[in-house]
Amino acid sequence: MEEVKLPSVKKLADERTEYNTIQFIVIKLGNEQYGIDIKFVDNIVRMQHITRVPKVADYLKGVINLRGEVIPVMSLRLKMDLPADEITKATRIIILKMEQHGMIGIIVDEVKEVVTLGIHEIEKASYDGKEEKNNFISGIGKHGQELISLLDLSAVAMEK
Amino acid sequence: MDVNQYLEIFLDETKEHLESLNGQILKLEQEPEDVDTINEIFRAAHSLKGMAGTMGYKRMQNLTHDMENVFSEIRNGTMKVKSNLIDTLFQCLDALEEYTSNIQETADEGTNENQQLINQLNEFLKQGGREEKKAQGQPQPQPVEEALPEQPEEEEYTEKWTEIKLSDSELLVFSTARSQGKSVYGLTVHVQESCLLKSARAFLVYKAVEEKADIIVCNPPAQDIEDEKFDLDFSLIIVSEYPLEEILQVARNVSEIERVLGAPYATREPSLIKEEDFAKNGIGADTPAQAEQEIKPAAAVPVPVSSAPSIASGSAKSGDKKAGGKPVVNRTVRVDIEKLDVLMNLVSELIIAKNSLVSASSADGMSGSGFNEHIEYLESVTTNLHESVMKVRMVPIESVVSKFPRMIRDLSKKLNKKMELHMSGEETELDRTVVDEIGDPLMHLLRNSADHGLESAEVRAHRGKPEVGSIFLDAYQDGNNVVIEVRDDGNGIDVEAVKNKAIERGVITPDQGENMTEKEIINLLFNAGFSTAKQISDVSGRGVGLDVVKSKIEALSGEVEVKSKLEEGSTWIIRLPLTLAIIQALMVTVGGEKYAISLGSIQTIEDIKPGDIKLVQNREVISLRDTVIPIIRLSKELDIESSKSPDENMVVVIVKKGEKLAGLVTDELMGQQEIVIKSLGRYISKCKIISGATILGDGEVALILDANALI
Repeated sequence: MEEVKLPSVKKLADERTEYNTIQFIVIKLGNEQYGIDIKFVDNIVRMQHITRVPKVADYLKGVINLRGEVIPVMSLRLKMDLPADEITKATRIIILKMEQHGMIGIIVDEVKEVVTLGIHEIEKASYDGKEEKNNFISGIGKHGQELISLLDLSAVAMEK
Repeated sequence: MDVNQYLEIFLDETKEHLESLNGQILKLEQEPEDVDTINEIFRAAHSLKGMAGTMGYKRMQNLTHDMENVFSEIRNGTMKVKSNLIDTLFQCLDALEEYTSNIQETADEGTNENQQLINQLNEFLKQGGREEKKAQGQPQPQPVEEALPEQPEEEEYTEKWTEIKLSDSELLVFSTARSQGKSVYGLTVHVQESCLLKSARAFLVYKAVEEKADIIVCNPPAQDIEDEKFDLDFSLIIVSEYPLEEILQVARNVSEIERVLGAPYATREPSLIKEEDFAKNGIGADTPAQAEQEIKPAAAVPVPVSSAPSIASGSAKSGDKKAGGKPVVNRTVRVDIEKLDVLMNLVSELIIAKNSLVSASSADGMSGSGFNEHIEYLESVTTNLHESVMKVRMVPIESVVSKFPRMIRDLSKKLNKKMELHMSGEETELDRTVVDEIGDPLMHLLRNSADHGLESAEVRAHRGKPEVGSIFLDAYQDGNNVVIEVRDDGNGIDVEAVKNKAIERGVITPDQGENMTEKEIINLLFNAGFSTAKQISDVSGRGVGLDVVKSKIEALSGEVEVKSKLEEGSTWIIRLPLTLAIIQALMVTVGGEKYAISLGSIQTIEDIKPGDIKLVQNREVISLRDTVIPIIRLSKELDIESSKSPDENMVVVIVKKGEKLAGLVTDELMGQQEIVIKSLGRYISKCKIISGATILGDGEVALILDANALI
């Protein structure tokens, strides 16, 4: 078996040695599929009115009210230097709960499914992430015939 | 024993006891003869000792033990309360506080033995004893009265251990133990009726005794005790090599234990004594085997020299008298503030849900009167619920101000000035978060008044003021604010001295000084690094006080101002919002977006014609009632297009920050509303002009503008 060296994935693997699998939520941005580790996902909500906050980075779209909590929302597209979001019926906000950053919502084009990947189905990213400025991928998951780019959420949440 | 789970309770209770001790000892100093106060002190000290003992904090226990001895002498009238004794007692309290904070941080009491304090206490004990002997010629320090009233009460507490039936194998254990030079004792423990965790206390006693002795029989069985299947007492028969008194002591050290009765256990071992006899006659006569051991305990057991039973009577006495004077303490529950936050959020959600129901019903044309009635009912319920939850977060400021009389007393000694602190409105309530933060600023102001404000005795006499300086701490509610005033009848602020100092320090230039109003000069005091005390004392004078006071209070969205009259005194007025979580706000729209401005910072609202705007140094200003006020266009600050055309009249909200005014240009006013402040979270913290967000009735999020940051 190929050894997985990705720090985040490896840590997860350690935590779940009995199963050796990780569940990902598969989302679509444009034509590409991305996977988000389910353990960081607090909630998935429909697109709703976002209150703009002035004087912040453009990818921060503002704040929403999630059951009494005010939660910042960012556009994953803008963060990744993709064309701006087109809001459709399928657009969703995924609420992530992360230790350092608290709760953050990210806007995605569509939420497809939940997949379970064994750690042998996950390959670390082929290029060295540190050199690439806009690298948000921690690895590639192989699910049947499809490839899923696994998002490095701490890089996504990091302020530019 | 693992005591960690009790650590939190221990800390809370200890702090409460220390606080009460502080207050009571102060009272004792003024009324040295007051029996209630002494009893109260004694009880608190005893509980402290017991708690420390149970938790295994030996040093703390030792110190409180000696304090307790002193209090016991005072109570018995064999020792008089003197000023230096009070000083020592206060030092002891400080030492105890130190232990407590050590425990809080590290779960360890630290290594400071405070031997010196213990020695001092013992010195007082010796002296007290001697004086008494001289004065009354009585060699007996223990007054007889104490023992007498106990007797009738004693009957309620039977020594139930005598009723325990023993099996042969247990009897065998006893005889073996005796042959090894150990003794067999019977104990009956009575738990206080008010005790909330009977089984926990019983368990503590059980554990404490177990350290000193082998427990042979327990009635009711240990399992039942653990399940709280017992009334207010339980009995043990134990085998130990320690003297009985020592074992009784460890058991009594557990708090909320009414009393512990005990005596050597006389077994039927040689089958000489029948159990019936035994039960009837009690123990005293029946056990010649341990005659020597016994006489003492038999005499001592009903009235142990200094502990539990006397406490009980003390509390009973003071309890009786208390009913008339002090208000009965409310029953309370400690709640984690985070849990309240969760509750609060749920209530806001409920309100939002209700609001959407209201709008849905009107939109769908469901105008059936029954439906409306239900909605109105729901509305009143949610409003009440909201108010109640908010109230839960409110605590009286008493918890912070109660330590001040002690502080003023210490300052009075240290500064060698006579002064008194008069407090009012301790029951005024503020949000928990504010109360936690307000202690330090108040302390600074009080120290300031004591050190700089009040004059020395000679000056006071010269000015015809009473010798004892007065400092007042008044708290009261004023609309949506709580005002706390610190006032003194001292020298007041010498404006000229402040000005000269400011010039000397380079804070202002002499020219500036000429043009400044008195008020502006006084406000210079709040500058960092400013202190007019000619001498630096360890009370104040480092000049770090007032600027810290100001920033702390502003951080709580409050404000502080000073009024002062030379030679008559000064008043520091702190104004705080009633609660941080809810404010009254004016809702405005800018470019179609909704924003909230705290009503507290709004001065007036003006309708301004575009033509009235003038340019001064390239900045837009308006002249309003002879004041020139700079104008801030919110649409520009918020990066949004104004929805109004430039030639329309403008709605200008005049806000103030301290003495400064500014006009905020908005598109439209929506009205006043009570809003719940929510944090924007760590993620969006860079935006300075937004101080938070709130959720409106329709579930939309509106941002709160920070007028202070805009000016």
